[in-house]
Amino acid sequence: MSQTLPTVAFYLLAFAALYGAISMMSTRNVVHATVWLLEVMLATAGIYLALGAEFLALVQVLVYAGAVAVLTLFTVMLTLRRREDAVRPFPVAWGSLAMAALFTGGVLLALNGFCSVPTGMPATAPGLEDFGRELFTTWMVPFEIASLVLLAALIGAVWWTGGDDR
Amino acid sequence: MSPTLAVVVKLVSIIALMLTNGVFMIYLLRKVLGHLHIRLGPMHVGPHGILQTMNDVIKLLTKEDLTPRLADKALFFLAPMIVFVPSFMAYLALPFSDTLKATSLETGLLFTFAVLSVVPIGILLAGWSSGNKWGLLGGMRSAAMQIAYEVPLLLSALPVVMLAGTTDLGGIVDAQAGTWLSVIPRWFITNPLIWPTFLIFVIASLIEVNQTPFDMSEAESELVAGFGADYSAMKFGLIYLSEFSNTFVMSALGVTLFFGGWLVPWIPMSWYEAVPVLAPTVFMLKTYLGIVLMWWIRGTYPRVRIDQLMDLGWKRLIPAALVMIVLTGVVDKLIVPLFNGAVSW
Repeated sequence: MSQTLPTVAFYLLAFAALYGAISMMSTRNVVHATVWLLEVMLATAGIYLALGAEFLALVQVLVYAGAVAVLTLFTVMLTLRRREDAVRPFPVAWGSLAMAALFTGGVLLALNGFCSVPTGMPATAPGLEDFGRELFTTWMVPFEIASLVLLAALIGAVWWTGGDDR
Repeated sequence: MSPTLAVVVKLVSIIALMLTNGVFMIYLLRKVLGHLHIRLGPMHVGPHGILQTMNDVIKLLTKEDLTPRLADKALFFLAPMIVFVPSFMAYLALPFSDTLKATSLETGLLFTFAVLSVVPIGILLAGWSSGNKWGLLGGMRSAAMQIAYEVPLLLSALPVVMLAGTTDLGGIVDAQAGTWLSVIPRWFITNPLIWPTFLIFVIASLIEVNQTPFDMSEAESELVAGFGADYSAMKFGLIYLSEFSNTFVMSALGVTLFFGGWLVPWIPMSWYEAVPVLAPTVFMLKTYLGIVLMWWIRGTYPRVRIDQLMDLGWKRLIPAALVMIVLTGVVDKLIVPLFNGAVSW
């Protein structure tokens, strides 16, 4: 009993994520594609939750569903002049396919070559307090560098859209 | 009770609470707004019109469910659910008393904000899928608003988290137990350091629930009903139920963060055990007080323009919230320990 429920949940969520991803790629309507993307993000959050990573799941919902999906939908709808424009032709782009395959291969290679894939799960997932302590002691410098990179991106975006003053 | 049964009971009672809240709050809103406008509000169905909302519920349930011809059928069907489900989930982490809560999440506060952040997606989709330009305008405004206010809302809850040392809503309430000098309750609102933060929280939560100074996404007078214009029958019902329910949740969150949740100052903790209904009753009363205050603001102020709201969100609230976080950190972690013993906070 203790093992079946998480396993069933995992397969359901994994199916939802994969199905959403495939639907996102195959739908011709860009708004529908965004909604499928949202579904993939939520399913991923569900998988995190099933693994006991509560904080990660919530951040996934908050950042990806709450911010990224809203921004994407907003931009898509803002740039559509008519609703019919949401439906786009579906060109077969072999170049993109090759790039995606190359990228996947690269990621797989990197994972197998440089990372030690964990074989088992820890008995308990670390709580928010442990996570924060770890983040602000062991990983302090990478964390700050990440925030610096984001700040640079933010300022760059503001400069980019500067408009007439520039 | 088996765990599965317990989950079912919890879910059913949350739905019951949500529906009762909805029915009661619609009546209360009409009465509060009515009296603020110096008129009576509903008077005819039942004594003082208390049965008016029941009639409206029956009307909503039996009305024809229309789908506009130009609507995007799938999304038009899906949007009310995307609006409704998160506001239902937002009840899960609320502590009605020490023991009466659906879940005891370590990240309860974050959970509530995370699920509520999904609501505007539903509103945006509702506006877009109905194939109506007023609806789309309402949805777009809602999305733009969310991007602007989500950050200050989250940041305004952080000083409280810093003082309480936890994001568990139950833990935040526990941190507010007791009194200062045995007179002033130790609620966070009685700490002058928190006052600016509370102001930011109030403004951001009014935007979160689309209340009138910031209800640009509906704006009856300019956008008909915004994103909800093309919805009828129970789809409309779900969207509006979710809106009222979000008002309740935000008020409950404000009560939990700043006003000591279900705690009554000056009484010993054993009373809560002796009278189990005391804590939930106090919590509901405080929450409804908060709701009436929100509606007081709603009945008093005119709507601001969307660009004014953007200015307020990005240029004022976010910097102010960041300053308050730094200030709370400095005072709580540096200055208070310096005076520790001499001055107790």
